[in-house]
Amino acid sequence: MLLNTASAALPSRLASLVAFSCLVITVLAYPQVTDGNVLRYNLEWIPQLGLNFSLRLDGFAWMFSVLINGIGFLVTVYARYYMSEEDPVPRFFSFFLAFMGAMLGIVLSGNVILLSIFWELTSISSFLLISYWNNSAAARDGARMALTITGIGGFCLLIGLLLLGNIVGSYDLDKILASGDLIRSHALYVPALVFILLGALTKSAQFPFHFWLPNAMAAPTPVSAFLHSATMVKAGVFLLARFSPALSGTYEWFFILGAAGILTLLIGAFFAIFQQDLKGLLAYSTISHLGLITTLLSLGSPLATVAAIFHMLNHATFKASLFMAAGIIDHETGTRDMRRLSGLFRYLPYTATLAMVASAAMAGVPLLNGFLSKEMFFAEAIETHADSILDVILPYVATLAGAFSVAYSLRFIHTVFFGPSPTNLPKDTPHEPSRWMRFPIELLVVICLIVGIAPAFSIGPFLQAAVVSVLGVDTPEYSLSIWHGFNLPLIMSLIALAGGAALYFVLRHYLATCEDGPPLLRRLKGQRIFERILVEVSWRWARMAEQRLGTRNLQPQLRWVVVTGFMAGLLPLWLSGFEPRAFVFSGVDKVFAGIWLIGICLAIGTAYLAKYHRLAALIMLGGIGLIVCITFVWLSAPDLAITQLLVEIVTTVLILLGLRWLPKRTEKMDESVTFRARFRRFRDLLIAIICGIGMTFISYAVMTMPVPDAIANYFLENAYSEGGGRNVVNVILVDFRGFDTLGEIAVLGIVALTVYALLRRFRPAPDTMLMPEQQQIQARFDEERPERNAGDTVREYLLIPSVIMQWMFPVIITFAVYILMRGHDLPGGGFSAGLTLSIAFLLQYLAGGTRWAEDRIRILPLRWMGVGLIMATVTGIGAWFLGYPFLTSHFQYLTVPLIGKVPAATALLFDLGVFLLVVGSTVLILVALAHQSIRINRLRVIEAEKGRDD
Amino acid sequence: MEIILSIAIGVMTSCGVWLILRPRTYQVIIGLSLLSYAVNLFIFSTGGVKTNVPPILGEGASSSMLADPVPQALVLTAIVIGFATTALFLVVLLASRGLTGTDHVDGRGDKR
Repeated sequence: MLLNTASAALPSRLASLVAFSCLVITVLAYPQVTDGNVLRYNLEWIPQLGLNFSLRLDGFAWMFSVLINGIGFLVTVYARYYMSEEDPVPRFFSFFLAFMGAMLGIVLSGNVILLSIFWELTSISSFLLISYWNNSAAARDGARMALTITGIGGFCLLIGLLLLGNIVGSYDLDKILASGDLIRSHALYVPALVFILLGALTKSAQFPFHFWLPNAMAAPTPVSAFLHSATMVKAGVFLLARFSPALSGTYEWFFILGAAGILTLLIGAFFAIFQQDLKGLLAYSTISHLGLITTLLSLGSPLATVAAIFHMLNHATFKASLFMAAGIIDHETGTRDMRRLSGLFRYLPYTATLAMVASAAMAGVPLLNGFLSKEMFFAEAIETHADSILDVILPYVATLAGAFSVAYSLRFIHTVFFGPSPTNLPKDTPHEPSRWMRFPIELLVVICLIVGIAPAFSIGPFLQAAVVSVLGVDTPEYSLSIWHGFNLPLIMSLIALAGGAALYFVLRHYLATCEDGPPLLRRLKGQRIFERILVEVSWRWARMAEQRLGTRNLQPQLRWVVVTGFMAGLLPLWLSGFEPRAFVFSGVDKVFAGIWLIGICLAIGTAYLAKYHRLAALIMLGGIGLIVCITFVWLSAPDLAITQLLVEIVTTVLILLGLRWLPKRTEKMDESVTFRARFRRFRDLLIAIICGIGMTFISYAVMTMPVPDAIANYFLENAYSEGGGRNVVNVILVDFRGFDTLGEIAVLGIVALTVYALLRRFRPAPDTMLMPEQQQIQARFDEERPERNAGDTVREYLLIPSVIMQWMFPVIITFAVYILMRGHDLPGGGFSAGLTLSIAFLLQYLAGGTRWAEDRIRILPLRWMGVGLIMATVTGIGAWFLGYPFLTSHFQYLTVPLIGKVPAATALLFDLGVFLLVVGSTVLILVALAHQSIRINRLRVIEAEKGRDD
Repeated sequence: MEIILSIAIGVMTSCGVWLILRPRTYQVIIGLSLLSYAVNLFIFSTGGVKTNVPPILGEGASSSMLADPVPQALVLTAIVIGFATTALFLVVLLASRGLTGTDHVDGRGDKR
């Protein structure tokens, strides 16, 4: 992502280098994984949950790592030439490497939860790769479909693996693989199996989940080459092979996998014949070949597993090379439609030859690797494995699918490379691509040939290592040679070859012009069903649920919140048999009662007046705030009283500033109070009263209960000895729970910034654009008297209080510093000091107006906030350097001349940070709001000029 | 003491709940302020109601008699954060009024 360069060379070289280094490292590890040895690495992650970052490399994982890294490397080389200049190439390679890493994670995981995490990562990174050309709708849809299907599958897999871990009692892969008998006899075996198979079948695009794979071909061709050969779809069959020692051998395993595999094998091959898109043909062929592998794994016999693993290798090599060849054809001609392509052999002889060899391998022609594994498949198909109709039909299905695959391979070659020269291609005369674009195909085709001709010498030992690590002691004797005599599998191969060729020549003319997709089944698309379901669930059902259950109005939502909250409080009390205590009125202090009598009147008055008399309501609210403040003083909470008093001042000013922008509302605006409105009010009143009664009972119960011996005593006893302060509340804030306070001030800062950001874009409603009424009267007063200048009255307004406020400025600053300094030992501290200082600033604004104040003092609230936050954090980090946990405070008393003994705890520095941030945030909020009146003047001028221009 | 405080909390809760269920944004902001007084007092009161024993350690005073400092510390930050959220809500309210031209909580005027 960092490589923001237009050139494709650097990122691709970097990616190739990464892939190649991984390949070299993997290859070098080979001696340690032969003969069933395993290379392990373990890092504890959350051992309490049995989740460890453990990696294990055995022969099978090694084989897959080589495939992933090797083909990944070749694809990066190829992509360097395939991607065009306009594409965001660095993004491509970073997604690509992420995908490769996730796939490696799957094959190397030694913990099944970790495996599931990597599994999800491949789904996500493949989504990003498929949707790489995100301006194309097909790419977006294909990517979404792939993510939906494989994501659901991944979720099922996670459930299955959790069940499996539950059965075995460990998430460690080795332990799970070793307890096959326990798993198979467990009651949860079938659910676990079904969920795991769902995960594997969706990933491997097996019927009925196969349809996402052809839609994923909207991805860039290098991605398809990688997706279809070594990764993604292979992850599913890898998983099946990996877990086969633990899960296979039962009738459920055989039946589910066998049915899915056989159907996929046949349907994929049949559909592939009728594709008009080159990549579509290859995609369906992949589906069919994976069906073959799944079928083999379903049989559960050791020899079938050998064949499956061998075919995974072979399929990867020829399918990657075929996709790359298709990419070259697309690149050179500008189309992948087989109805338009023909006779390309004379333009691309070299590529054509390579593609022909690779498709011969796909068709299973002798002397190529595809033939060998296909022979093994035929041999296994003949054997009897289970008493089931599936097993009986398998030889016939295998031969038929073989014939189909011959037909589509032949079609691919014959249509594209032979016949007359193509006419009206989107691009001019095609020619051979650059040397390095062909290199990956060459290498893969050479591997096909070597493996095909001398299997025992070339691939034998590696295959053996892989097979031993999967099957262990059950590893069968098998022979990797081309000639096994004139036996039944060979006859089946010959029938398939001849039948396939015949089929193609019969269908040739039909295929040259037909629509995309097989006849009759053309309309039946999994894709369409999928989309129908998607629309149904995510649109219609969601809409219905919204209409039935949801509302966009705030009032019902809040009503539900209140009622639910009340019920949530009531229910546990009800269940635990709560009985409200009898009220005791004796011993009530008359003054306290009198104060609260006023408080209650004010509360009710506020509620009553808030609609029409906003200012009155605000003043009453301030009155309640003062009474709360008195209560805090009364009940031994001086710190709270100070803070409450200061916050009350600031809040009142804040809301006063806001009042100006609200619409005027005069009483009795709506005479027509309907019955429904009355009903609503009555209902809300009822809810409110019930809530209030509930709160009264609960508070009374809480207050009259004996206070349990909680953590209070710990703080009281240790505040001085450990925190170095006598004011325990402050010590808790800056020392014991300093981290919480750090979080709080961060929130405060964020809120202030949000307020500031919101107000920058603030547009007042038209009716509040006028000058406030009071200022209009004052201005008129000036105009009517010739001896007065405009603005005099505004300036002289509240003259004496203004002067006093201005003079108080230094006094309040000193007071703020005093509160801050004494905070550790006496009521005070950073919060209250910060509020005090911001009130000092606020008073200057009130006294002289915004302009006057800003001409004289420059306040940079953002800097105050920044410095405060940094200071608090740095104080905390400082403790690290002394070897203590974050925010450990250090203290001692210093003697300062004139002042005397001063507590100098590092907590004071932290409190200073709190102080600075509180000042900055409060001032930022208030000033931003106050500035709106100035902005409005400017807006008014602009509007006026506009009006004049018109 | 306790009974007065409980009734006060109850009344403020009632008024607050009533106000947040009203259709005007200003009523809601005042209602939230009232609710926060009630909640702050409630949390504060969980430490027990004691007079004349502020949690400030004197020389040699018995610490176990002092008021519970934990709810006080909680409420102290709650007061400050309460101010911040009030400010945020006020600005959202004003912005909504500026954008939609109405001070109805749904920003869609009255159903008339």
